[in-house]
Amino acid sequence: MAGGTERHGSLWTWLDQRVGLKDLEKLARKKEIPVHRHTIWYYLGGMTLFLFMVQVSTGILLLLYYRPSAEEAFESVQFLMGEVQFGWLIRSIHAWAANLMIFTLFVHLFSVLLLKAYRPPREVTWFSGVALMGLAMGFGFTGYLLPWNELAYFATKVGTEITGAVPVMGPFLGRLLRGGDDVTGATLTRFYGIHVAILPAAATALLGLHLYLVQKHGMSVPPDVERQSGAQRRMPFVPNFLLRDLVGWLLALAVLAALAAYFPAELGKKADPFLPAPIGIKPEWYFMFMFQSLKYLPAHILGIEGEIVGIVAFGLGGLFLLLVPFLDRRTARGEPSPLFTWIGIAIIAYMLLFTYLGYTASATK
Amino acid sequence: MAEHALEPDQSRRGFVNWFLGLSGVAFLLSAVYPLSRYLVPPRVAESTAGTVTLPIKPADVKANTGQIFKFGSRPAILVRTPAGDLKAFSAICTHLNCTVQYRTDLTRIWCACHNGHYDLNGKNVEGPPPRPLDAYVVNVRGNQIVVSKSA
Repeated sequence: MAGGTERHGSLWTWLDQRVGLKDLEKLARKKEIPVHRHTIWYYLGGMTLFLFMVQVSTGILLLLYYRPSAEEAFESVQFLMGEVQFGWLIRSIHAWAANLMIFTLFVHLFSVLLLKAYRPPREVTWFSGVALMGLAMGFGFTGYLLPWNELAYFATKVGTEITGAVPVMGPFLGRLLRGGDDVTGATLTRFYGIHVAILPAAATALLGLHLYLVQKHGMSVPPDVERQSGAQRRMPFVPNFLLRDLVGWLLALAVLAALAAYFPAELGKKADPFLPAPIGIKPEWYFMFMFQSLKYLPAHILGIEGEIVGIVAFGLGGLFLLLVPFLDRRTARGEPSPLFTWIGIAIIAYMLLFTYLGYTASATK
Repeated sequence: MAEHALEPDQSRRGFVNWFLGLSGVAFLLSAVYPLSRYLVPPRVAESTAGTVTLPIKPADVKANTGQIFKFGSRPAILVRTPAGDLKAFSAICTHLNCTVQYRTDLTRIWCACHNGHYDLNGKNVEGPPPRPLDAYVVNVRGNQIVVSKSA
């Protein structure tokens, strides 16, 4: 397709007259990718998209054996892992791709933040991206419970209780999320519905918007590259960048296959509401920095329960991240904005430090 | 109408638009109300058990140990202190609802989720828990342990 003068066959012509392939071809040829020293970060969004597609496919496969009830969920996953041929592989890929997707999504988000790609006219692209991050974390939180094992059960108790501690709306939201006052089989059924229907529908719609906006505005060129004089280099998306993208996807697939084969997903013990919480209980790694921060908060801060202070602080932090395009006025005006670069670095440093502490600090002291 | 500034057609159109908008809102409400009620789970009658007889004999509970038992639909913890007293508390941590356990090495009730400590009176003494554990009354009647909510 690079030359642009290929002869198309009769099938192509037949389809073009009915579907309009020429318009698509024109669109694909028009798309160009800026080439500069930060081009590598352009691959992370596509990699996240690839891992999302892996999640959709393996998720559909898991649906064929999974049973969403407190009595059967654990056993159905046990059956899947032990009896179904390659069941362990499908589940391990689903579990690992989830982690990798959140990881590439975080890297993508922070590269966009530090390269200031959220500046006008790409504010809505940023909002849809931050919302997609929220959905991805929702996927992780709801999916974690589905095997109905001990760790997942207590992680969900804590997680839904945190929702319940949100001022004013909390108790209502907690009940709505749990499908009752406690984490029970009703919660499992609810999380299942959220995980396999509500979130996928919302994510598909938002992803459509996100990708449409990326096509509409093209790739953002970082301000410091933009300020440099001289002609900017570009490469065609089809096939030059697309082929490079595919190499990235293959790389992700190779990492995924290796992780799934050498470190298959574990199942643990079936959840029992009448056993104490296991020692060393941990949430998924991407919630770890919040989990660890809550551990360090005292019972009361200025007369308010410590956890409520923590939850409100994280809520405000999320809101701040969402509104960065409006708060960073200097970048919007085209001026250098070192403050927001430092804020971005501080957020990354905070998350790394508390995640590290979460995995190294003793659980029993 | 006395005024001729407003075309009769205009006012009719305005009325129709207003009416259509109102029916639109009414239609939305009639869909949103049942939907929102549907999403909120119905209240299930709480277990009203005020008293539970444990399937454990007092002699089998050693000093400086603790164990979880069912109090209605919720977990509770029975502790025999090193001094030999039997005590019972709700086993639900007041911090974020995890189930607590007895730590023989610390002679304390402890929550593994966020490292919360309670003393043998159920009082929150260390870590994030904001309140003491709910205490229950333990009575030994012959060979039975009977736990009840405080009167």
